[in-house]
Amino acid sequence: MTGERGGPDVRLRGGAGMRLRGLVRKEFLQIVRDPSSIAIAFLMPIFLLVLFGYGVSLDADHVPIALVAEAPSSDSADFTASLQGSHSFAPRTLATMAEAEQALRVGEVKGIIRLRADFSRQMRQSDGAPIQVIVDGVDANTARLVLGYAEGAWGSWLAGQTAQRGQTLSTPVAMESRIWFNSELRSRNYLVPGLVAIIMTLIGALLTALVMAREWERGTMEALMVTPASMTEVLLGKLVAYFILGTGGMLLTVGLSVWLFEVPLRGSFWVLWTCSSLFLLAALGMGLTISTLARSQFVAGQIAIIATFLPAFLLSGFIFDIGSMPAVVQAITHVIVARYFVAIVQTLFLAGDVWSVILPNALALAVMAAIFLTITWRKSRKRLE
Amino acid sequence: MMWQRLLALIHKEFLALLKDPKSRMVLIVPPLIQLLVFGYAATFDLKQVPYAVYNEDRGAAARDLLAAFHGAPSFNQVAELHSEAEIAPLVDVRRVLVVIHIGPRFSADLVSGRPAQLQVIVDGRNSNTAIIGLNYVRSVVDRFNRDWLASQGLPGPPAQLVTRAWFNPNLESRWFFIPGIIGMLTLVVTMLVTALTVAREREQGTFDQLLVTPLRPGEILLGKTVPGFVIGIVQATLILLVATLWFKVPLLGSLAAFYTGLALFLLSGVGAGLLISSLSATQQQGLLGAFLFMVPAVILSGFATPIANMPEAVQMITLIDPLRYFLVILRKVFLEGAGFDVLIDQLWPMAVIGAVSLSLAAWLFRHRMY
Repeated sequence: MTGERGGPDVRLRGGAGMRLRGLVRKEFLQIVRDPSSIAIAFLMPIFLLVLFGYGVSLDADHVPIALVAEAPSSDSADFTASLQGSHSFAPRTLATMAEAEQALRVGEVKGIIRLRADFSRQMRQSDGAPIQVIVDGVDANTARLVLGYAEGAWGSWLAGQTAQRGQTLSTPVAMESRIWFNSELRSRNYLVPGLVAIIMTLIGALLTALVMAREWERGTMEALMVTPASMTEVLLGKLVAYFILGTGGMLLTVGLSVWLFEVPLRGSFWVLWTCSSLFLLAALGMGLTISTLARSQFVAGQIAIIATFLPAFLLSGFIFDIGSMPAVVQAITHVIVARYFVAIVQTLFLAGDVWSVILPNALALAVMAAIFLTITWRKSRKRLE
Repeated sequence: MMWQRLLALIHKEFLALLKDPKSRMVLIVPPLIQLLVFGYAATFDLKQVPYAVYNEDRGAAARDLLAAFHGAPSFNQVAELHSEAEIAPLVDVRRVLVVIHIGPRFSADLVSGRPAQLQVIVDGRNSNTAIIGLNYVRSVVDRFNRDWLASQGLPGPPAQLVTRAWFNPNLESRWFFIPGIIGMLTLVVTMLVTALTVAREREQGTFDQLLVTPLRPGEILLGKTVPGFVIGIVQATLILLVATLWFKVPLLGSLAAFYTGLALFLLSGVGAGLLISSLSATQQQGLLGAFLFMVPAVILSGFATPIANMPEAVQMITLIDPLRYFLVILRKVFLEGAGFDVLIDQLWPMAVIGAVSLSLAAWLFRHRMY
């Protein structure tokens, strides 16, 4: 069978362009017939990006905390004013520690700040007064933010005290921080570009995860085989069709990030375009590989559910810093396509065209795309023999 | 007679799931591997802050401050810079998170009692990491300030913060995330089992055959629910064992509370999966539906980003997310040892979601025909 196929292929090479066009047309007809592909390519990115762009944030504003001043005085009022002034806290004044502890236990407040009854007296002693801060440690990250906010409020109160008393300064070294690329530390600025990468990983895989399996399952693959089109052309036809769809989705998500979520795009659009195309090839290639290896739509669907979303979500550096993971897990992240694209988009959006970040990651994407497409191509050909 | 029918149906459903070795593999192995990998990956704790130093001051005070950073276990010095121009290339490629810049007058200012400026440059691309890094720097500077005041015989600040964290004294974010991963993986497993089953039968035409048998829709529903439920319980138990024995996350609460939460969560997850499946005419649509449910359910569950940070409208949407409730239960049972009285607010919404989605799915079995 293979021997016979080699012959006509060579002779008909002149018609290759036409055959490919025909195959792409066939894919598009199939796409239009089951509108779920269109939904995947265009509606899903809009829906997910809008939902998550608004929903996903690590910026805790107005964190509810309990404030217990056991013996209110002018000194304690000064301090509580500094808490009430910051937009980080929404303090609730409670009379006793027991009430505050109960509020923390049921989750009404995320922390407690307590000024003891002898606050004023102790303030005037050499050791200073203790200000007790208790946080709900279950959500360790929010707890750490709350502690940071408390320290900030304490620092500004301290500065005011020193100025008021005209005393020797109690903060000899003053820290002045400059935050590059994201001066307001808006978490959305780094989460939204990452979301583009996650969403496009899903869409790339979803578009193609079932297409090869479907052709095998329905027997239409055999029908394609008896046509003059080679397996390479069949694959190419699918790739081109879904690449065009995927590019549409990509443009939508990037557009939304910039126009709706106002994430600055500091790098060049064409670099982003090129990297996105490489990434899309890799993501589609992953879907095709799943589809080819699974052979049945059911198993392909199951693999797509388990192998695409959670790994891209947790191991791509989208939300969890890869540098903080143990070495073994860091090594595993290298097989996650989204990882390279997340690094590229975070840098392209916020820092600009930093070639030393972009080039190695783009190269990795190209290699991943090549690997996936080669696996698909070889596994599909083998089936012919 | 009815029981026999039902048992035969359940038997058939298990066969459909487990007969294909690839499908069997997918259900058992990846979730466990993922728990291990994700358990290590999901952490906001910065083990080490890579930093560079740009010191223009030759004084002893600057040296002391740098020694404090050098000695801190959470800091790792990557480079020493000699000009302002060297800062940008290092930060751009993410070799350092923080650059500590000491100006030429630092020691002189400090000794003469003027505030000494310390400039800290942070890579803000990942704002969360940046905040954590800044907090680490601040705590080193605070300690330096205290020591310096004491060594000069000056009075300390009039008040000090004394901090303590309940339920998780070392603020290990892994304790927060691993219970969450249990919930996420359980959801994924129920989706694997349920989201494509009816769609596959529809596509292959066997669902019509099932409908003309004496089985009632309720029985078909039960037959489709049981495998998801059983596989979910088995998987969650395995995951629970790994979480407590391998990752040593403390399990303070009762297993009864855990399994009650799990059962209701599985009911709502299986319900959502079957609803998606019975809405779909093809497996492609079923897969799309599974993602459209699973991805928002995970991302908006409060797993990594707190629900309290979301805008009101999005917070309302999370009310129909069963994972949201299960995550609260998991964390409270694991870390706080909470009992049923605290959990009741989380339990009933899952029961409602489960009941509604399962009855809708059963109704759709008969009313959505092609």
